[in-house]
Amino acid sequence: MKIQTILAAGAMTVAAVAAQNAHAGAVLDGIKAKGFVQCGVNTGLPGFSAANAEGKWEGIDVDVCRAIAAAVLGDANSVQYTPLTAAQRFTALQSGEIDILSRNTTATTTRDAKLGLTFAGINYYDGQGFLVPKKLGVSSATELDGATVCVEPGTTTELNLADYFRAKGMSFEPVVIENINEATAAFFSGRCDVYTTDASGLASIRTTMAENPDDYAILPEIISKEPLGPVVAQGDEQWSDVARWSFLAMVEAEEFGVTSENVDKMKAESKNPGIQRLLGTSPGMGEALGLDEAWAYNIIKQVGNYGESYEKNVTAKLGLERGLNALWTDGGLQYAWPIR
Amino acid sequence: MSENAKLPPLPTGTVTGRAVTWAKKNLFDGWFNTLLTIGSIAFLAWLIPPIIEWAIINATLEPSIEACSEVTGACWGFVNANLRLILFGTYPYDEQWRPLLAMIILIGIICASLGGVKYPSVRKWIIPMWVIGVPVIAFLMWGGFLGLTYVQNSYWGGLPLTLILSSIGIVFAFPFGLLLALGRQSNMPALKTLSVVYIEVIRGVPLITVLFMASVMFPLFLPDGVTIDKLLRAQIGIIMFTAAYLAEVFRGGLQAVPRGQFEAGESLALPYWKSMRLIILPQALRLVIPPTVNSFISMFKDTTLVVIIGLFDFLGTVKLALRSDPAWTKYYVEGYAFAAAIFFLICFSMAKYSAYLEKELRKGERR
Repeated sequence: MKIQTILAAGAMTVAAVAAQNAHAGAVLDGIKAKGFVQCGVNTGLPGFSAANAEGKWEGIDVDVCRAIAAAVLGDANSVQYTPLTAAQRFTALQSGEIDILSRNTTATTTRDAKLGLTFAGINYYDGQGFLVPKKLGVSSATELDGATVCVEPGTTTELNLADYFRAKGMSFEPVVIENINEATAAFFSGRCDVYTTDASGLASIRTTMAENPDDYAILPEIISKEPLGPVVAQGDEQWSDVARWSFLAMVEAEEFGVTSENVDKMKAESKNPGIQRLLGTSPGMGEALGLDEAWAYNIIKQVGNYGESYEKNVTAKLGLERGLNALWTDGGLQYAWPIR
Repeated sequence: MSENAKLPPLPTGTVTGRAVTWAKKNLFDGWFNTLLTIGSIAFLAWLIPPIIEWAIINATLEPSIEACSEVTGACWGFVNANLRLILFGTYPYDEQWRPLLAMIILIGIICASLGGVKYPSVRKWIIPMWVIGVPVIAFLMWGGFLGLTYVQNSYWGGLPLTLILSSIGIVFAFPFGLLLALGRQSNMPALKTLSVVYIEVIRGVPLITVLFMASVMFPLFLPDGVTIDKLLRAQIGIIMFTAAYLAEVFRGGLQAVPRGQFEAGESLALPYWKSMRLIILPQALRLVIPPTVNSFISMFKDTTLVVIIGLFDFLGTVKLALRSDPAWTKYYVEGYAFAAAIFFLICFSMAKYSAYLEKELRKGERR
């Protein structure tokens, strides 16, 4: 706690200085000059950002950085990745070590207002849930009174857990285990009744770590809101605009049904004014953002739309359905602001 | 007690007979030792077969998840499939010959330095080897000119990173620690105080704190836009930390050198540095070989802590590989066992080398 306070204080000082020095467009000009986007990612979270067997970074968070690189530089591969731990991530952003942080970071008031950050969108809606063995005979989290719960320490997960049980007037016994491998091993060997983390994590643990995934169930209660998204430092509005709209272009493309496969055809043939604006056939959007008119075309061509990115990373790797991350037209929360 | 009672019984009779004699003397000497022997054998019989069964008999080397899910034993296929990721981390795949070459050069220099200490003809080349070798390694790793593409050091990882952090750490911490030890023994109050404060402060905090400060707090105090490389910060943190411990080891050695030796230096009218170099340090350093190597071994293992600041040392790349595909995640025991084996190999070699060095340097005392 103390370290966090000191860090926050330090971060605020720097943020204040940074805000004075930065002029609009400084980050964008810097990126164009150096020729790549420096992107902070998770040190390893399958589906979000993890190195593949060839050591290349992959994931839905990585794709946000690739999209921004495609928009700004025309090449999705012009990204340099800096793997960051949870403790380091904001310092890296504030000190200018990275241009954008795309590391499953929950948007909260304190971070947005106090740490001098700007959230550029929400690319994954997550929430904390519970995983239980079916033989426990529990179908709702409200029946978990007196349960032993395996949890990783020092995360909001641990705090949410305590909050939830207190609010429900129930007791629980936490089994706090630092390492995720050990924590899940403890759960699957029966040392605790319940395992708790974000729902995306629960699903991946169930499919990959359980002897028989069907013996385990994720309870319906989601006890916290975890809107995860890319973050930039406050003070350079043009840069946060570029980051925000690069992500929104991916969602907009999915809404219009533009994919990496059909984008060339769409660009040549589509009469839909929305698609024409998106792909730069009717110009203006790129200029408004200080980018090439082909900015969104490059994103879709090289990275794909939001649905493609989700499918390739989250569904394929973790076996997770779209859920809250479906388009608003399909009952989800992903809703692109109009690009016009 | 007669002289004969202490001598071992003469080897008589057949090989079996001698074996029985040996066993009686060493294994079944009294009821307590007999009990210990039987207990140990029972323990090993209980422990070893399941391990062999798991690690060899029921294991598979095939680098596929399907093959692994079919066997009951170890899935070495995980290591096999991800070997390059484990060895080199996220270094660009097509360029991985560069860290490989750098690692070979580094190991070559280390071996030549360690083995060549004995021979004056090799010894004079040790410092030039490092002076040339380190920039060559840096050039291979970073690149950026002469046709090699530039690779940021946030992409370095695996065994080369571990070896670079620890060998550069040792090479710089050694002289720094020595200066601190001499400073602490010095008659100059300012120098002495400075050394004492430095040693005590650094020894008083855990390495993880030093690394954390270097990576999280330090950048906040720099002017806007100025960033000092993350790897460099970690490397400096490791050097500073190890030097403080080495300083205390060396001080122990200096204190163990008899007073008369210092006086001998003075009576020969040798200047301070000469007397240190020719008389005191050779004796002091020889005395502290075991604790020095001890410090090196613990520092080598401590380099794994850089994972908390987002650098992937060898252990970090094993974790990276475990997360490369969720299907591999459950084979973490195999991954960590592989890492443990490599770490053991390196640490054991260091321990063996220290034993060898002690023996070599003690030749002068033999009669």
